[in-house]
Amino acid sequence: MALAQETKPKEVPEKKEKKRIAATGADAAAYAVRDVDVDVVAVYPITPQAPIAENIAQMIADGEIDAELIHVESEHSAMSAVVAAAATGARAFTATSSQGLELMHEVLYIASGLRQPVVMALATRALSAPINIWNDYADAMGMRDTGWIMIFSENVQEVYDNLIQAFRIAEHPDVLLPVVVTLDGYILSHTTEPLEPMSREEALSFAPKRPRGYRPVLDPDEPVTIGVLGAPNWYQEVKVQQALAMRESRRVIEETGKEFGRIFGREYGFIEPYMMDDAEVAIVTLGATSSLVKAAVNRLREQGVKAGMVKIRVFRPFPAEELAKALENVNAVGVLDRAVSFGGAVEGPLFMEVATSLALRGIVKPMVSFIHGLGGRDIFVKDVMEMYQKLLEAAKTGKSVTRTLFYGVKSRRGHVV
Amino acid sequence: MALTKPIKSLWEIPREERFVGGHAACQGCAAALILRHLMKVVGKDAIVVNATGCMEVISTLFPRTAWRNPWLHLAFENAGAAASGVEAAIKALQRKGVLDPNRYIKVVAIAGDGGTFDIGLQSLSGMLERGHDVMYVVYDNEAYMNTGIQRSSATPYGAWTTTTPVGKKMRGEYRPKKDIIGIAYAHRIPYIATANPAYPIDMINKFIKAYNTRGPSLVHVLSPCTPGWRIPESKSIEVAKLAVQTGMWVLLEIENGKPKVTVKIRKRKPVREYLKMQGRFRHLTEEDIKKIQEMVDQYVAEINKWVGEEAIGPVEG
Ligand SMILES: Cc1ncc(C[n+]2csc(CCOP(=O)(O)OP(=O)(O)O)c2C)c(N)n1
Ligand code: SF4
Repeated sequence: MALAQETKPKEVPEKKEKKRIAATGADAAAYAVRDVDVDVVAVYPITPQAPIAENIAQMIADGEIDAELIHVESEHSAMSAVVAAAATGARAFTATSSQGLELMHEVLYIASGLRQPVVMALATRALSAPINIWNDYADAMGMRDTGWIMIFSENVQEVYDNLIQAFRIAEHPDVLLPVVVTLDGYILSHTTEPLEPMSREEALSFAPKRPRGYRPVLDPDEPVTIGVLGAPNWYQEVKVQQALAMRESRRVIEETGKEFGRIFGREYGFIEPYMMDDAEVAIVTLGATSSLVKAAVNRLREQGVKAGMVKIRVFRPFPAEELAKALENVNAVGVLDRAVSFGGAVEGPLFMEVATSLALRGIVKPMVSFIHGLGGRDIFVKDVMEMYQKLLEAAKTGKSVTRTLFYGVKSRRGHVV
Repeated sequence: MALTKPIKSLWEIPREERFVGGHAACQGCAAALILRHLMKVVGKDAIVVNATGCMEVISTLFPRTAWRNPWLHLAFENAGAAASGVEAAIKALQRKGVLDPNRYIKVVAIAGDGGTFDIGLQSLSGMLERGHDVMYVVYDNEAYMNTGIQRSSATPYGAWTTTTPVGKKMRGEYRPKKDIIGIAYAHRIPYIATANPAYPIDMINKFIKAYNTRGPSLVHVLSPCTPGWRIPESKSIEVAKLAVQTGMWVLLEIENGKPKVTVKIRKRKPVREYLKMQGRFRHLTEEDIKKIQEMVDQYVAEINKWVGEEAIGPVEG
């Protein structure tokens, strides 16, 4: 019988004076790829992802990254190549935006169905038509059901930290699922902020490369058949296993975020509540938009309004439990979407998830679905403050608004439709 | 171990099976036979990447597999890209010492005509242009067989398929077969060949050369399909042979841009003999057959000019 092994918490290194540099989100993504020693990169350029591809190419050219760079002829091939590289046992990375993600779509399901731990950065961008290169979350929302773990970043530091964690989560033997990390197009991809990268030793010890053989890969000495035909007598079992792996990933994502905090001083959870202890109304957000909502909360707090915010960091698996707990005591909940689910029960895709999370737990309270910021339309603090006003009204009347409210629209009736 | 030297007789074909029996191919399927020979040539250290199509579907119905080699299938149109990914991974892992740098592990991509000529052309082109060390084998049964005999751009002029049916206004495929060899040639890759399972030694020797080429190589193999061509199960090799003897299929090899015909035909048989064996050409009139004969005559003339000799002779008496 094996003796129970005593597990020691990891040594927390003394907090040295950390190096801070100026970096864009695209720089941060490339640094993360460098620091975890990626083996294969296949990228096809698209705005606003392109600087990630260019940065990585430069680092490979300079010998800073030791990886094979495949100059693929399309995003479909980019995703195909990295899935195949992962199936061969390599640490593989790609990045895209918008139409590029749409072209990858077929292979996104194949990546997760084959349980290949590919990591991707998604510089979020609106979808055509009309063609639009600016930020919203339409592309990201389109991959909700592809079986990828999805992590949203609020700032440049988070782009880096999330990507480092992504490799560790994706390659964990209990997970083996692809992970996408978002960075808001332009707002993060092209904006310079302070970044505190770790040393490569630190990055690699946090997200170590596992020895060959920890999972089946294409290997002439141990041949496996990957990508089989799964008839009705087996397909469902495979899909259920995939769903269970997604559930199981919660534990790994949580441990990873906590340990990251222990070692590097920046802890990450599924959600980030902001001013929620005594909040009476709250807005749920994603990505870089959260910073703006925080600013509105600060302004409202100065005016004596008890406003709060909950940022969702991990969108898949969806943090329903954590969210319900965070929103339990507020009087009204708003959800700020930057994407449209056309013809949906409510048109905000994030709203639907939040409403379901609460309803299933018997938490019924006034809710409002807000959509703003499509295709890079600027959102201003005053817009968000108006949303809070709407929530305060809903709290007073005790009634939800059953129709999605589009904010910031040019219309004769004002800017809300 | 992969074969490295050309073989002279059938006795030199390795006994070992790497694409094994028990799969679900139709009786008389030439593609399954081609893969069986291919795998004997490439041996243990080949990683196979297969596009969606008959060969993928018949060989990997979970929990069974016909493959003794590592094998990967992602989708229909991306064999070229997936093969590129595997090859790049091998390179990186060998450089970093994860895989033995002294062992030659080669990627072999397999796809049908649909997965090559049509939907997969872009990813094939990318793979060839980037110079990946991949051997690409296209088995050409001249239609989408896996989805039930629909036309592809490899379907020959005049052939019936379910999407080029024979009716009052249309009588089968009305465009000539796409020139995939010309497309591969335009990519300036080191090795290109056409092959035919009725000429197994020629086919195997081409597989050997393609496998041992450093850089991209492409072998285009004619692959009779019994239900798709409407032929009896016992006739696939006979019909494949007639394709060569009539000049409808020329056995070519293009090494570093230099073309040659590997199986010369002194006297050609009329195309009628090839067409008459197959139900997919049953509706052809004498006039249609004459037109096809003219097309083949012209093709043969072009080939002879290209290789600089009369490798394929005139139609016999
Ligand atoms: C994107 C996409 N479109 C269509 C299909 C359906 N499909 C599967 S196999 C196939 C035809 C394959 O034809 P070919 O490559 O000639 O191989 P064969 O079946 O003849 O072996 C088609 C159309 C698919 N799997 N994926
Ligand atoms: S349909 Fe044709 S190609 Fe497909 S398995 Fe049957 S004989 Fe072979």
